[in-house]
Amino acid sequence: MSNLVAGQTGEWEVVIGMEVHAQVTSEAKLFSGSSTTFGAGPNENVSLVDAAMPGMLPVINEACVRQAVKTGLGIKAEINLYSVFDRKNYFYADLPQGYQISQFKHPIVGEGVLTIELADGTTHDIGIERIHLEQDAGKSLHDQHPSKSYIDLNRSGVALMEIVSRPDLRSSEQAGAYIKKLRSILRYLGTCDGNMEEGSLRADVNVSVRRPGQALGTRTETKNLNSVRFIMQAIDYEVERQIEILENGGKIDQETRLFDTSTGTTRQMRSKEDAHDYRYFPDPDLLPLQLTQDFVEEIKAELPELPDEIKARMVSDYGLSSYDASVLTEERETAGFYEAASKGRDRKLVANWMSSELFGALNKAGKSLAESPVSPEGLGALVDLISDGTISGRIAKDVFAEMFETGRPASDIIEEKGLKQVSDSGAIEALIDQVLAENQDKVAEYRGGKDKLFGFFVGQTMKLSGGQANPGMVNQLLKDKLRG
Amino acid sequence: MSVDKDTVKKIARLARLDVPEERQEQIAGELNAILSWIEELGEVDTSAVEPLASVTGHSLPLRTDKITDGNKVDDILANAPEQASGFFVVPKVVE
Repeated sequence: MSNLVAGQTGEWEVVIGMEVHAQVTSEAKLFSGSSTTFGAGPNENVSLVDAAMPGMLPVINEACVRQAVKTGLGIKAEINLYSVFDRKNYFYADLPQGYQISQFKHPIVGEGVLTIELADGTTHDIGIERIHLEQDAGKSLHDQHPSKSYIDLNRSGVALMEIVSRPDLRSSEQAGAYIKKLRSILRYLGTCDGNMEEGSLRADVNVSVRRPGQALGTRTETKNLNSVRFIMQAIDYEVERQIEILENGGKIDQETRLFDTSTGTTRQMRSKEDAHDYRYFPDPDLLPLQLTQDFVEEIKAELPELPDEIKARMVSDYGLSSYDASVLTEERETAGFYEAASKGRDRKLVANWMSSELFGALNKAGKSLAESPVSPEGLGALVDLISDGTISGRIAKDVFAEMFETGRPASDIIEEKGLKQVSDSGAIEALIDQVLAENQDKVAEYRGGKDKLFGFFVGQTMKLSGGQANPGMVNQLLKDKLRG
Repeated sequence: MSVDKDTVKKIARLARLDVPEERQEQIAGELNAILSWIEELGEVDTSAVEPLASVTGHSLPLRTDKITDGNKVDDILANAPEQASGFFVVPKVVE
């Protein structure tokens, strides 16, 4: 598949790199003991350290370090046993220190890789340059007062992982797949909750275009995108904007841009006069972070099975299609549900029931898998009843609908409504006899060579049985009767 | 390394310091004097010496992940020139 974009004057190649800020899952902040909980009242989750009162000293939270290492291991990255915290200096009202504590020269995690899969089934390895730990800033509210901004420092000092990709992405589709895959891995690892609406995961997107095979073009950076859709929209807009400028003989300015969610467009954000001059230097309040290989190995031993590994196992051991396996492993909860529902059963049948009936019903009801009225065990039991011939697949759909509605087990519903499949050949023959007797003209046509009518007889017999006749037996017995 | 007037202007702006035009030349001279004094250290051969991060030999102390602080909005806002409903209130900073 070609990712080139056609312009007025020829084709362009799109080059995208992403910087993703992922909030580290932890109780307390990166350098203080105040809470990271979302939704507290203004400035409630703030200590004197977070407010940058004079004389306060940062002390690093071990759990945040572990989470960063775990994330690095999850993307098969190099873990740097020696890393350093630096001050990134800039002034903004929601940054009380006047600098952000970050890692510049010596990040905690080095080179890694993340494999994405696109809708057409192709896979792409996207390089990850580094992951470093840093502090989040506070939040500014600009709409509370005509001439004032309101500042809430609850987020100030919360640990973030900045995950920096190589400029290996070539389309907005790839960028969308990348953020989804990254989110999935973070959630499997439990190192970030991936909640984009609450801002736990947000991305800065660097976009440039060039003629195929030429040197990299000048890039722009669009900041703070907090949904997959916005990321893709912002990229599509930037690509179009840049191509138009270049084709009209203009040049791209290296600048920071803001995405307007209401119009789907980007606009220039900062004046270039102060262009990034962060004057990084090692934070004298913090010694270098030195880890031991044992510490890393201990975390490695705790790593859960990750989506790529589970997917490979589902394809090779359970015989699922690559597509089904992708759907079932995208979220940790989904994979867990599936494993529990399919254990010791027809794995493929359970996969089909999950991706068609269960997901369909959940979507329609606007519920998440966690809110599903049908438990994994409940779905498994239903599939068992199909496998052992107690009910037909057709009846099972009705049973499922009722299970979803009421939360009752399949066996109760089948018992109460008398939905058991009829596999008694005498009873089925009686039904067939009735159908044939009522449709003697069609029987004659069939015997006269109109084979297509066979389906009609099957349908009528099933209908007469209320859907309960065993379809395999109906087929066989009908054939016998019609032949005779 | 030497500092000229434009550099003084730039770093003053980055540090949000108001350095009047007539003082800039003088400050450039002072900074250059300090820098050249520090550059004397370059005479020492340190090619075989590891960079020093700490003189104490301590390693970075780690804290356990427990909530031990917070819920002191009054203390946090005590020195704020202006506040409302638990927020700091500052001149509008949006572009």
